[in-house]
Amino acid sequence: MRIEVDRDRCRGAGQCALTAPELFDQSEDDGTVVVLDEQPPAALQDQARRAASLCPNSVIRLVLNPEP
Amino acid sequence: MSVFSSSASSSPVSLPLRRSSPFDPPAEYRRLREQEPVSRLAFPDGKVGWLLTRHQDVRALLADDRFSSDRQRVSSPVRRFPIRRDGPAARAGSLIGMDPPEHTRYRRMLTGYFTVRRMRELAPRIEQIVSEHLDAMERDAPPADLVPVFARPIPSLVICELLGVPYEDKATFQRCTSTLLRLDASEDEISAARDELWQYMLELVAAKRQHPDGALLGSLIQTGAGDGDLTDERLAGLGQLLLAAGHETTANMLALGTYALLGRPDQLCALRQDADLLGSAVEELLRYLTIVQFGTVRVAREDVDFAGRRIRAGETVVASLAAADRDPVQFAEPDELDLARPAAQHVAFGHGIHQCLGQQLARVEMKVGYSALFRRFPGLRLAVRPDEVPMRDDMFIYGVHRLPVAW
Repeated sequence: MRIEVDRDRCRGAGQCALTAPELFDQSEDDGTVVVLDEQPPAALQDQARRAASLCPNSVIRLVLNPEP
Repeated sequence: MSVFSSSASSSPVSLPLRRSSPFDPPAEYRRLREQEPVSRLAFPDGKVGWLLTRHQDVRALLADDRFSSDRQRVSSPVRRFPIRRDGPAARAGSLIGMDPPEHTRYRRMLTGYFTVRRMRELAPRIEQIVSEHLDAMERDAPPADLVPVFARPIPSLVICELLGVPYEDKATFQRCTSTLLRLDASEDEISAARDELWQYMLELVAAKRQHPDGALLGSLIQTGAGDGDLTDERLAGLGQLLLAAGHETTANMLALGTYALLGRPDQLCALRQDADLLGSAVEELLRYLTIVQFGTVRVAREDVDFAGRRIRAGETVVASLAAADRDPVQFAEPDELDLARPAAQHVAFGHGIHQCLGQQLARVEMKVGYSALFRRFPGLRLAVRPDEVPMRDDMFIYGVHRLPVAW
């Protein structure tokens, strides 16, 4: 799994940083999403899915089985 | 003709207002969600628009940029007069009624002050404020009304410190905000309250320009946020919105949530025994109580085909957050309060670009507030019969007017 985000659409609600703090943070400047781990280990993939589904602006995209 | 097809073409409904239990939204919402989820709605100003009651539709609307948040153009679901009729100067900075790109500029300016991390850093200070209020409660003998001694002052103090608004002035801004939220306030009363709050904020902003501090308003001034076009009017509008939003909402969640938990000793006991339950408990209380009781409104910028209906340009659409949060398609047994439920998909904070800016602050305040209250007073109980608790059916933000408790 690879995490992609569209920061232009992000409005800094913080759902991702709350739900998956090991994968997402927020920028100090404007609160928009910062990805901490673009390729989450299996143990954190459920969290990544929850964060993506909670995002109010559909900013987070999860790409499954990315080509090497 | 079946009942269903006739109801789909029936005359517009009015916004359901009558509750049959203090914690459940009006039962009429369930019928609408099942039979006519995108229904024609008659507004008090005589116009006709739409009411959404399904979770998926509410989320879709609030994420759809073909709908505007412009408060000049929407009809109020509960008042005969428009939500805002004042001039552009007085509306400046009030990002809740803005659309992109203007909304985006304001939102970006502010979100850095409300991140998950920043709000967690505030937790020790919030714990201190909570603890001082519990000390004061303990010093006075029971019973006490939880609203003025606990639920109202805590978020009010916190938002004042965060913004840099002197808490000593609370009599002014609490009175104004309370008028703005009253359903029966006349248009004159509303505009007087808004003017008074506006003048108050303008003077405060002028004082901050002279002596900026490190709190939010002073910091926006000092850092020259907004590329220098952050005028006093815009700052005052911004401050007015954040101040009002910050103290009425959490205050009502604290008091109403406590009332709900006192009526469910099994749930409260589980919460006391398992601190890990606190996070999901807060989400579930937000879902179950959804205190923005009349929902949120948008206006169609163009004709839009939405969930099988044609919404015309200029029509107002009400997204019932409370109905969406009781949608059984999204939440199994939605009318049950279940603190262990994964409830995070609720729309109590809205959805889309306007989703609550202060939601992470509200979460910290609730986590700290509920846990400290129930820890300090293990025997906390209602000091009146449940049917004697006066409910805020008459206010935009639902909750209790008073909550007499003993311990």
